[in-house]
Amino acid sequence: MKVSASDWLLLSPELFLTAAGLLILSISAFFDKAKEEFLAFLTLLFVGVAIGLVAFLSGYGGRGAPIFAGMFIVDNFAIFFKLLMLVSIALTVLASIQFVGRAPYPAGDYYALLLFTGVGMLFMVSGNNLVSIYVALELMALSSYILAGYFKLEIKSTEAALKYFVLGAFSSGVLLYGLSLVYGIAGRMGLPDLAKLFESQAKSNLLLVGILLILAGLLFKIAAVPFHVWTPDVYEGSPTPVTAFFSVGPKLAAYAILARIFYVGFPKFHADWGLIIALVSAATMVFGNVAALLQTNVKRMLAYSSIAHAGYALMGVLGFRTEFGLWGILVYLLAYTFMNFGVFALVVFLETKGYAAESVADFNGLARRNMTAAVVMLVFLLSLAGIPPTAGFIGKYYLFTSAMKAGYAWLAVLAVLMSALSLFYYFRIAAAMFFSEAEGAPLKSSYALTAAVLICAAATVIVGVAPQPFVEMLRACVIKAP
Amino acid sequence: MTVALWIVPALPLAGFLLCLLLGTRLGKGFVSAAGVGSIGIATLAAWSRLLPYFRDGGGAVVERIAPWITAGNFSVDVSFRLDPLSALMVSFVTFVGFLIHLYSVGYMKHDETDAGYARYFAYMNLFMFSMLTLVLANNFVLMFVGWEGVGLCSYLLIGYYYEREYAAAAGRKAFVVNRIGDFGFLLGMFGVFSLFGTLDFGDVFSRAAANPGRFAPGLTVVCLLLFLGAMGKSAQVPLHVWLPDAMAGPTPVSALIHAATMVTAGVYMVTRCNALFRLAPEAMAVVAVIGGVTAIFAAVIALAQNDIKKVLAYSTVSQLGYMFLACGVGAYVAGMFHVLTHAFFKACLFLGSGAVIHALGGEQDMRRMGGLAPKLPVTYRTFLVATLALAGIPPLAGFFSKDAILTGVFAANRPILFAVGLFTAGLTAFYMFRLVSLTFSGRFRGSAEVGAHVHEAPTTMTLPLVVLAFLSAVGGFLGLPEVFGESANRVAAFLAPVFPPIFLPGHEVARHAVSPAKEWILMGVSVTVAAAGLLLAWDWYAKKAGRPAERLAASFPRLYALIADKFRIDELYDVLFVRPFSWLARVLWKVVDVLVIDGFLNAGAFVVELVGDALRFLQTGNVRNYALTFLLGIVALLLIVLAG
Repeated sequence: MKVSASDWLLLSPELFLTAAGLLILSISAFFDKAKEEFLAFLTLLFVGVAIGLVAFLSGYGGRGAPIFAGMFIVDNFAIFFKLLMLVSIALTVLASIQFVGRAPYPAGDYYALLLFTGVGMLFMVSGNNLVSIYVALELMALSSYILAGYFKLEIKSTEAALKYFVLGAFSSGVLLYGLSLVYGIAGRMGLPDLAKLFESQAKSNLLLVGILLILAGLLFKIAAVPFHVWTPDVYEGSPTPVTAFFSVGPKLAAYAILARIFYVGFPKFHADWGLIIALVSAATMVFGNVAALLQTNVKRMLAYSSIAHAGYALMGVLGFRTEFGLWGILVYLLAYTFMNFGVFALVVFLETKGYAAESVADFNGLARRNMTAAVVMLVFLLSLAGIPPTAGFIGKYYLFTSAMKAGYAWLAVLAVLMSALSLFYYFRIAAAMFFSEAEGAPLKSSYALTAAVLICAAATVIVGVAPQPFVEMLRACVIKAP
Repeated sequence: MTVALWIVPALPLAGFLLCLLLGTRLGKGFVSAAGVGSIGIATLAAWSRLLPYFRDGGGAVVERIAPWITAGNFSVDVSFRLDPLSALMVSFVTFVGFLIHLYSVGYMKHDETDAGYARYFAYMNLFMFSMLTLVLANNFVLMFVGWEGVGLCSYLLIGYYYEREYAAAAGRKAFVVNRIGDFGFLLGMFGVFSLFGTLDFGDVFSRAAANPGRFAPGLTVVCLLLFLGAMGKSAQVPLHVWLPDAMAGPTPVSALIHAATMVTAGVYMVTRCNALFRLAPEAMAVVAVIGGVTAIFAAVIALAQNDIKKVLAYSTVSQLGYMFLACGVGAYVAGMFHVLTHAFFKACLFLGSGAVIHALGGEQDMRRMGGLAPKLPVTYRTFLVATLALAGIPPLAGFFSKDAILTGVFAANRPILFAVGLFTAGLTAFYMFRLVSLTFSGRFRGSAEVGAHVHEAPTTMTLPLVVLAFLSAVGGFLGLPEVFGESANRVAAFLAPVFPPIFLPGHEVARHAVSPAKEWILMGVSVTVAAAGLLLAWDWYAKKAGRPAERLAASFPRLYALIADKFRIDELYDVLFVRPFSWLARVLWKVVDVLVIDGFLNAGAFVVELVGDALRFLQTGNVRNYALTFLLGIVALLLIVLAG
């Protein structure tokens, strides 16, 4: 295997973050007194440097070709995901600062684990080989199981971690079984190699089973029906900043590899996996919305709402070989990351103020107690419901268009109907904030959390009002199907 | 240094935000500074661009800010256009707007709370932003944004005294009637897009000019739809009903929005689209007829009104009719020139009436006025100048613009419309002098208590009056008729590039040139008619205290009552539209909404709840069950693909 210096350079963000995570772990191991704020700041700094490195690589000429003997690839698609995931980690750090500090657990572990999850995610989106993708996925998954159980003395948190772990291990088993079937038939693991081989091979049932098992394993990660069952429990039990992170970061990575594996590795079987994804997408959006409608617990409601959004997002993978391709899902994920994180960040805000943020009533009269928070929350809710001029509308617009162009008009119609349904439960919160009586004193937010929320709100509004530059940029990030 | 065009609307927008966000907190002083200052700076900024432009002339300057909407082959930019037409509009919109904002400081200061004062200036600034956007827009969509914006501000400001029932109702009426027009405009815009594939002014008009024969068939409908929009905004019969009611707003609002600027937007839009209208002769004919009918219809109603602002409102409707009459016969320059002079004298008249109302503590009924000339000397003199200008007495501004319109109608060989225009000129002179006589001459007919408090307005109010009266006096010299020399009509020369030569094949009708001799005769006739109306009104109302008019009214009681009741158009609409619609609304509410839709929804909710109960049964929290679901899911996937 020949490895050049340029290969190392292209993976520098991942390598840097690994070192950064180890450094934070050692600091907190050797200096118990290290303040949580200091560690958070350091983490933020490291993430900032990593963002800088990725941004530098986006202008680097050597990108786009497979590196490390075809194990990885750093193309525009990967760079877009890396930037978005790093931003989501930075937002998570900002949202965690007070939340984690008040708990009696070592903060260094928390931030280090966050960084390790990030390393796994970054490797995943660059993966160009089933093995490298699988190993990166496990790195991400194992770190996130521990994050879910980070509040280890709280039963709910431990329960969340355990369920996440057991079911995650189960899904890994399924995924791995699929990988081994594919390897057994093809005798190779590189995605482009697989595509080349299958081109001249007839479809076999065994191979299809392998591909579908891989698909099922990935659908688990993005919480699509019927592999979503873990989501409400894990989202409810995990520390809320972690939930906010789970609802965006690892999902981004999962969407990215789902698209890459199936576009680059299995283009020949697109009729089969396309059908399954369309059906799962329909089932997911219907189930997620209907279940969210029935929830009174806000965190569970938002968990179901994220499931519903996973259903919409899956439509973006269907544009195989159309002019739209993956364009829709990229635009949508850009919007989704900010609006969904924003909503959870506001739940974090209420929790730091002593509310369980479990029932809608905790939002009562928020407009009178913190107008900014209420308005910003409204922006996120509008965006989630897909009302213009917010990012959510733009995202759905591109997503639905891409489904239409791919010939799935029925799915787009269903998605529009489901979006209308979603207004109902989103506006329950909006109505509580603005039309219910307020009790108690004004609520003040910490600077870090305010920054996180305002960044999300600004992104949601800017992408919604002036989408053109972002949309054009994302067009260059699409993976073209061969 | 040249000021970018976007700065001009952006400044009032900034003023709007300042007044809205900080106005109540920082008080009236701040609001006056921000609200008037923003318009003052915008005026200076605009004129720093306009002065060189007026001097050197020049073609259309397009300043593109950013792409706005792109979808498939449809794209719209945020871009502004400075050409002679928009330059003319911006010049007086900013300037008159500034004067009226200045006037408002004096007019609004006493009655209003800090919050009300801030609200007033916020809306006025928002209006200026919308109006300037409308005028400077370089495509139909941006123009529509301004168009809707001015409509919104008009609604908000008519209903400014929202605690008064009739003001709130008037605001609603204006909004609803305008929506009918806006609907037409919107459809017209779709039509333009489907014909030309673009909404950019420059592209649409050049494509129309390049290939008139191809587009002409579709253009009649498109132009009629656009004109429907103009009818709503510019209060043309039968959509005129909202404008007289709009007088429920504060008087400076009537002056700015419902006389000088917004209501002329329709004329502006038709003139802007002249390249399209000229390819649709049938649509032009409709424009001319509607304009002529509106002119005479509103003038007749104005004869019998007793509310000082109502007379001015109907006069505005009538003058707008004149402008459309001009556009309809192809005399666009005359129409735009009348827009300009009308802005001066009608703003002056409204502000003057505001000074009168202000002096009398809110009294608007002319039957309780009279003899105010010595007590309000500045108001009286400026009002008189503006009245003479409106009546068309040379050499004041209104004479030249009205004469240009009448000459245009004559040249277009439309004898009936010419007669209508001429007769309306006589009516105009009559009702305006009736108004002046009832208000300023004779003896005071109000209560003694009110009479004792009559006082001249403060300087912030009289200064705009003087400036506007001066402009009403001399503004006409910008557009002297041709008999004074080839290049005497500077407005026409300046606007010429906006009217490219464009003809429908086979319709190159030569307008018969009006010879100098005929032109002198036309002027003589129109002056005679105006003078006759003026002297008759003077004789009846100032000298004989209105007795001849009462006798005349008494001998035709039913006709008089019909006119005084504005031909009962509102009552007609009530029977034709309002009542059937409220009946329909009630049916929709009680039957369709409550029974059908709610019933459907309730049934849906019931089903959803059942499903939810079933789902809750699955979501047990038990990991083994979860794993089982997972497994069943995989089996289902495999079955679908392998068995299907």
